[in-house]
Amino acid sequence: MEIPNLADKWSSGVNEITLGATKDNGGTRTKTITIGGSKCVPFMDFEGNPGHKPVVAMDICDVPPDDWSETMSKPFADVLNDPAQWAKKCVEQYGADMICLKLDGIHPDKGNKSAEQAVKTVKSVLAAVGVPLIIWGCEQDEKDNEVMPKVSQAAKGENCLMGIVSQNSYKTLTATCLADGHSLITMAPVDINIGKQINILVSEMDFPLNRIVMFQSTGALGYGLEYTYSIQERERLAALTGDKMMAMPVICDVGREAWRAKEAKSGDSEAPQWGSREERGPMWEAITAVSLLQSGVDIIRMQHPKAVAAVKKCIDRLY
Amino acid sequence: MLSIAERINGMFKDVREAIKNKDPKAIRELAIKQTEAGASFLDVNVGTATADPAGAMKWLIEVIQDTVKTPIAIDSQKFDVLKAGLSVIKNEVLINSSKGDPEELDKYMTIAKEYNASLMCLTMDKCGIPQDVERRMEIAMTIVEKAVEHEFELSKVYIDPVLFPINVDQKQPALMFDIFNQIKMISDPPPHRNVGLSNFSQGTKEKRLLARIFLTMGISYGLDAAVMDVLDKDLMDAAITAEIIMNQHVYSDSYLTACRK
Repeated sequence: MEIPNLADKWSSGVNEITLGATKDNGGTRTKTITIGGSKCVPFMDFEGNPGHKPVVAMDICDVPPDDWSETMSKPFADVLNDPAQWAKKCVEQYGADMICLKLDGIHPDKGNKSAEQAVKTVKSVLAAVGVPLIIWGCEQDEKDNEVMPKVSQAAKGENCLMGIVSQNSYKTLTATCLADGHSLITMAPVDINIGKQINILVSEMDFPLNRIVMFQSTGALGYGLEYTYSIQERERLAALTGDKMMAMPVICDVGREAWRAKEAKSGDSEAPQWGSREERGPMWEAITAVSLLQSGVDIIRMQHPKAVAAVKKCIDRLY
Repeated sequence: MLSIAERINGMFKDVREAIKNKDPKAIRELAIKQTEAGASFLDVNVGTATADPAGAMKWLIEVIQDTVKTPIAIDSQKFDVLKAGLSVIKNEVLINSSKGDPEELDKYMTIAKEYNASLMCLTMDKCGIPQDVERRMEIAMTIVEKAVEHEFELSKVYIDPVLFPINVDQKQPALMFDIFNQIKMISDPPPHRNVGLSNFSQGTKEKRLLARIFLTMGISYGLDAAVMDVLDKDLMDAAITAEIIMNQHVYSDSYLTACRK
């Protein structure tokens, strides 16, 4: 008996975005990264072109993180005070495709660093590594609106991925990114309707749709992963069926969310029945990442080198 | 919603005059206005006033194609007029329309395939327009069978169950909903389900309201195409909203803006 071919046909696909700019394009990156372009459900390449491989962006921070467990900090113990060296280590030693520089230190409650200090950090990281950069504000609108435009200007021409803008605060950073030639991350709080709305709002400011990456606040394994998963899955299906306002590539914040889980960060003495944190923590992060990859993710933000290695291996095997 | 914009039709005085005087201005304006209003296809019908319908069809299509890139629906019951139109087509095209007799379908599907065109098929044949659901579905089945036989993509077939004006036979509109539903399940992928919306409400005092309500009710039963007045903004917005309610697009507060684009 002939087995019928039940592969779905998709009429559309995810936008393709190139991040980073080399010398020829007005930047100083030594490599660019192209993401998106998928014309099928993730890993179902018999239904269409799967597009570009998902990439791993490793998190670094402008100040040493105060909530990292010893397991999480250990691989970076020598560089936590130096974002440039930290970035270099991620790229050269741990194979990060991109660097996500999180400007936590500018937050009024976490150091209240000035725009000038942030600019200095950004410049030092840009000088230290050649990969494209994601620059992520502190998520306090007022401070971000003060600092991010200056950071954006300092990185003008580098085609960084800047974030994040939300329904309540998007005009300043959108206008700045438009002027300085950066790409933009639009954020929604695990809400597909708001996710679409923020894309419409940003596009109404004439920001090109093909320079937007979508972010639904990520839920880690055991902490809402399934909500993020189902929304991202719906976003991907909408993209494949022609919804232009949902056709952007997707970024997930896996590292931070996974390591907030007690199952990842609790010490060995607190939960001896769970096994060693050295294994358990990275595993929690890797499983969160690999699960979310099935829903359609293009950039995964990650932290622990062991988890990064496992996820990169998984991506290489599936693509 | 696949909206087939109806305004470039020789039945309208401005279009008739334009054809008569070979004056492209009115045609260009209608092409642009209907495209901006969100038309998926621009229907082109030369009407009855011209002595050279084939020449008029070619001229209209050339004027439109010089102005916009919107796909054209060639609307003629005369095969030679259709052929003349197809000979100058540059972009995607819909043939409007074939009747449901097997020999007619053979003829139209052959030429549609030749031009990679979509094809509108009416559920009527030499016996006339059926009055009931069953006979219409019988013809719909013939259309689908013929498409399979000709290896004609079903996603390029539009089935129009021929909706009567409400003031001619009030029993008919309600039958359509059952038909849309059944056509939707006839194959995978199914053919599109189309109606002539202005025809349905013509001659009534509440033309726009009737069209708008029928369209929204139809969408809830699987109607996905209509020959309609795309310049009626309320009608277009009602269609978008009905599709949102039927979960065909992701909702957002600015869904009208998003869907109009």
